[in-house]
Amino acid sequence: MSENNQNNTKNEKRPESKPPVRFGRGGPHAMMRGEKARDFKGTFKRLIQYLGKYNLLITFVLTLAAASTVFAIFGPKILGRATTLLFEGVVAQISGLGSGIDFPSVGAILVQVAILYVISAFLNFLQGYIMSGISMDITYRFRQDIAAKINRLPLQYFDKISQGEVLSRVTNDVDTVSQTLNQSLSQIITSTTSVIGILIMMFSISWTMTLIALITVPLSMIVINLIVRTSQKYFMQQQEYLGHVNGHVEEMFGGHIVIKAFNAEGESVNTFNQLNATLYSSAWISQFLSTLMMPIMRLISNLGYVAVSILGGYLAIQGSISVGDIQAFIQYVRSFNEPLMQIANISNILQQTAAAAERVFEFLNEPEEVTETANPVKLKRVAGRVEFRNVRFGYNPDEVVIKDFSFKAEPGEKIAIVGPTGAGKTTLVKLLMRFYDVDGGAILVDGHNIQNLTRVDLRQLFAMVLQDTWLFNGTIAENICYGCDGADQEQIIQAASAAHVNHFIRTMPGGYDMVLNEDASNISAGQKQLLTIARAVVGDPPMLILDEATSSVDTRTEVLIQQAMDRLMHGRTSFIIAHRLSTIRNADLILVMRDGDIVEQGSHEDLLAQNGFYAELYYSQFEIQPA
Amino acid sequence: MLRLIKYTKPYIWLILAAIVLLFIMANADLALPDYLSQIVNVGIQHNGIDDVIPQAIRVKQLNRMVLLFSSDEQNLVNQAYQLIEDTDDDALLIQYPALAEEPIYLFKELSTYDHDQLEPIMARGLITILIVEQFQDNPEGAEDLLAQLPFDPSQLPPGMDLFSLLEIAPAAQKDQINTQIREQFEVMPQTLTEQLATAAIQREYEALGVNIGQIQTNYILRTGGMMILISLVAGITSISVSFLAARTSAGVARDIREDVFTKVESFSSQEFNNFSTASLITRATNDVTQVQQVTFMIIRMAFFAPILGIGGVIRAVDKSPNMWWIIALAVALLLLLIFFAFMAAMPKFKIIQKLIDRLNLVTRENLSGMMVIRAFNKQNFEEARFDRANRELADVGLFINRVMALVMPALMLIMNGLSILIIWVGADQIAQSTLQVGDMMAFLQYSMQIMFAFMMLSMLFIFLPRAFVSGDRIAEVLETENIITDPQEPKTFSEPFSGKIEFKDVYFRYPDAEEDVLENITFTVLPGQTTAIIGSTGCGKSTVVNLIPRFFDVSRGVVLVDDVDVREVSQCELRDKIGYIPQRGILFTGTVESNLRFADQEARDETLHEALEIAQASEFVYANPEGIQAEISQGGTNVSGGQKQRLSIARALVKQPPIFIFDDSFSALDFKTDAALRRAIKERTGQSTVLMVTQRVATVKTADQIIVLDNGKIVGKGTHRELMETCQTYQEIATSQLSKEELA
Repeated sequence: MSENNQNNTKNEKRPESKPPVRFGRGGPHAMMRGEKARDFKGTFKRLIQYLGKYNLLITFVLTLAAASTVFAIFGPKILGRATTLLFEGVVAQISGLGSGIDFPSVGAILVQVAILYVISAFLNFLQGYIMSGISMDITYRFRQDIAAKINRLPLQYFDKISQGEVLSRVTNDVDTVSQTLNQSLSQIITSTTSVIGILIMMFSISWTMTLIALITVPLSMIVINLIVRTSQKYFMQQQEYLGHVNGHVEEMFGGHIVIKAFNAEGESVNTFNQLNATLYSSAWISQFLSTLMMPIMRLISNLGYVAVSILGGYLAIQGSISVGDIQAFIQYVRSFNEPLMQIANISNILQQTAAAAERVFEFLNEPEEVTETANPVKLKRVAGRVEFRNVRFGYNPDEVVIKDFSFKAEPGEKIAIVGPTGAGKTTLVKLLMRFYDVDGGAILVDGHNIQNLTRVDLRQLFAMVLQDTWLFNGTIAENICYGCDGADQEQIIQAASAAHVNHFIRTMPGGYDMVLNEDASNISAGQKQLLTIARAVVGDPPMLILDEATSSVDTRTEVLIQQAMDRLMHGRTSFIIAHRLSTIRNADLILVMRDGDIVEQGSHEDLLAQNGFYAELYYSQFEIQPA
Repeated sequence: MLRLIKYTKPYIWLILAAIVLLFIMANADLALPDYLSQIVNVGIQHNGIDDVIPQAIRVKQLNRMVLLFSSDEQNLVNQAYQLIEDTDDDALLIQYPALAEEPIYLFKELSTYDHDQLEPIMARGLITILIVEQFQDNPEGAEDLLAQLPFDPSQLPPGMDLFSLLEIAPAAQKDQINTQIREQFEVMPQTLTEQLATAAIQREYEALGVNIGQIQTNYILRTGGMMILISLVAGITSISVSFLAARTSAGVARDIREDVFTKVESFSSQEFNNFSTASLITRATNDVTQVQQVTFMIIRMAFFAPILGIGGVIRAVDKSPNMWWIIALAVALLLLLIFFAFMAAMPKFKIIQKLIDRLNLVTRENLSGMMVIRAFNKQNFEEARFDRANRELADVGLFINRVMALVMPALMLIMNGLSILIIWVGADQIAQSTLQVGDMMAFLQYSMQIMFAFMMLSMLFIFLPRAFVSGDRIAEVLETENIITDPQEPKTFSEPFSGKIEFKDVYFRYPDAEEDVLENITFTVLPGQTTAIIGSTGCGKSTVVNLIPRFFDVSRGVVLVDDVDVREVSQCELRDKIGYIPQRGILFTGTVESNLRFADQEARDETLHEALEIAQASEFVYANPEGIQAEISQGGTNVSGGQKQRLSIARALVKQPPIFIFDDSFSALDFKTDAALRRAIKERTGQSTVLMVTQRVATVKTADQIIVLDNGKIVGKGTHRELMETCQTYQEIATSQLSKEELA
């Protein structure tokens, strides 16, 4: 699949971004995740620190949750008393021994229970209300901190971590922590309170019945364990086969044109059918097993119900419990399993949260860019003299990219840097802009070591046009005046005219206010490139860097861009990296790089006359063998 | 989703079986509370006595009862009971110890009809005796009961009871009293009759010395046994439904997946453009998985919820017809709550996904534009931009979470309020003896099951429409009519095949587009010659060559290969003649060899080597110790762009076709390799017709014929030299790439 296509696929299959609200983390696979934090305790300490002022409020909210649960737990038992009263009233009435049902007492009980339930519901609402406020605020803070952190980390850091990973921290990991705060934390409290409370209630009714009912607990645990283990096996298998099928689909659709060209449709469908059949054989078993939990848990719960009914009936005959107790007991048994399963899942949830929080904190703890020098040099007027003095640099300590690099550029000169891919051309630019700092030697601007300038001041000296035409999801005007705060409309139009893009912008719907869509795909690559040039022009800085700025456009558009850039370079010290050698023939100085070193330098004519590496590169374009 | 309904056809029996099982399951589930109610009503309250006809009765009691009966009724009673006196039957003596003292009547088996006839008669007799005796025992406590009789026994002369009165009363008065009693019993609530009759029987059994505890225990164990049986039935049916649903949904998914894949494989580039490749992949993978989940859920839940709900309502109303309004009220409240929560949260749910996307977008832009952001010192601006997105997301998330924080407790409150209301209203009915306590307990549970069913349904109503979107996306693919099809009766190319290609007045326009991509394209490529098409990006170069293997069809005009219209031969035969090399080097998972053999399974090893040689690929392929056995990962990510292009050129060379089409296939190669490759192709495949698309002037300089395209029109045709003199566009392109000297 080509890069182009991979991008498309990526667009449609975003990193799984789940909405922050989910209905619990249950499901048959809830217990399957085995993610673990490396430092569980430390991470939680850190999290508690991070929660800061909220810790007290959270404790209060959790108390509310527990109270709400306790109030609710009393309900069935008291309601059972009402039933008992009814029952005894009826029996007395029939046996002629009493005056029938004691309505005032029944009424009093019902009112009592109603009050309990209302209080419980209110407390529950209150805790949910406060907790969602806290969790959203923490989520917001986490994200804000991560975003700010991204801008403070050295570029180096992003060499070893992918965009997707950072994104996943911003969304998924933060979400996990947020959800734990919002739901799981209070759930843990309510579940624990429920289980303890229900146990107390059940024991208070009848210890024999409680023991019988509790037999179902280990039984369910064993069964769940068994099912999870078996179904996990099949689930993994299914995922694997699904991966094969989806992989085949992606590959075949991505290379559709080749399949057509080679008449290979039949073969492709055959392969697919085999993979599909294999998938089916494990898919249904996996689906069956993973959904087996519900019916089996139901069966066990029903058996518990029956056992309680029988024993309760027997005990009621003996007179040791009342009818209302049976009713209450059944309600308790029915509501016992759910919190129990949640408790069983607590360690999983906490582990997941810790793992997610750990990743976030890890990111927030990464060492930031080396701090600015204490007494930065302020340059008043910059002429644009640049010198590299014995510069040495490597992305890794053991892999030197630039070995010993020296050269001088006088103000207003046009310096071209050429060489094969991987020779270190772009690295020079990154060093010059202090995206990376040199390992040895120094870079000087107007005689000042750039490390003595603040990064902000240094970068203000340069206009930069990169091969990667990065524009953001905003209007064209916003994109053009990116380099300067509050450039007026006139300056923007001037810059656009200088970049030969004014006319084009005016033909677009909305003109300068047209919003570029994601990846700016609503304008062509060449136009994007022209916009980045306009963007560079607005600031009017003394120096210019053009890094393969025309490689993604066709040659006729390139001519247009070339003209725009030539105008831009006038009077500025310029650094041009190019792979089309025809575009740099008129440079004042051409640096030919190979494996991190300058192997040749001079003007175009000088270098051709040398008949060395540059000449070889140059002639290879035209099939003209050097004389 | 409905458009995919036909895929369930092969599984219709499985689905029907599942529905039948769901019926059984729902009924089993609903039966359990009923049995509990029996345990309470009969087992506990009636001491396990579940009939209003006593199994045994003392002779003297029956004789007294008979006074209340008409002669027909007396006959029935006489048929039903058998007199036992002075028996030696130990079993009977143990069961009825009173038999040793006095004779008793034992109940014989009766036909169901007679049994039903006898019930009200015996109930009347038993209850009347009960009331009379209780009045004698405890005149004050029996006041409530006395209300059931048409006369006041306290007005009888002392020492006389109803029966002694009846014994001595004249026939007319006796009839009158009995008619009054009968009328009174006819209006008595059934529940009360049962309760009183079983109380009377209990009294009689006690007099007979029967072990009532034993009866009670037996009754509870019997009922419990039934409950266990029913639980097992419910469990087994539930598991079976899962099994059937899993087989069906996985099967449906398999069938749909197969059809989608086969369908997409038949698509031309046109359909791929319409849908986009990424979208087609999603439809064939994620969407199908989604449909599988939905199918499973529909069978498991969407069918089950109404069955459970309706069944619950039927049973609840059966238990207490007067309390249906409570359930209706609770369900209405529930639906109202869900409706309002849904109305409040749904619009937010819709935007939240957008806001998450927005947050992701800004983050991604921050990551991908890191250099630019820092170069322009715009960190603060970006943080503010992120803050906006973050703030909005947090606000909407907070709103949704708060709505949810309200819904859950409100839901619980409705359920709990329902229980309280049922007990309150039930208490009244119990007092009026129109409801038994056990039935009320069952009613409570039915109402919960009904609420559960409705909750399940409303969740489905919210969830399913969104899931159905996947189904529709799949149906769209399946219902697409192929634009490019084989002719009914395909022609064949004549032998020998020459390799001539001719475009005559060809126009091409995408459907729904306003302008033509290609206009009036006419040119001829002679066999064995090399023709190059050059032009800037978007001028339609690639479209021209894509018309030859029919990746697209012309809108007007005709493309001829060997003087045959390409639409008149089968696509298979046409493509057999063409070696097409796309711009992006597409390789498949496998090895270098498997990719080369993609063109021809039977190719000889020497052919593969030669192809690699020509494609300038042998150097890097054999540099790897595994040679042509080297692995190619999915998407060919482990080889560079230039290597991919060379391998895909080698693949086309293995095919050894009479026509080669290079669709900008040299773009990722450096000029040196490009030149060497073209030289090699020229030398080794001299007989073949070559058509190449490119942007590089250097690449086309040596071609026999160059066609210059601009905005979909041919603006120049000829050799390099000719075009340098005649064609302005060509000159522009050439001078932008090469210097004057180089162009010479």
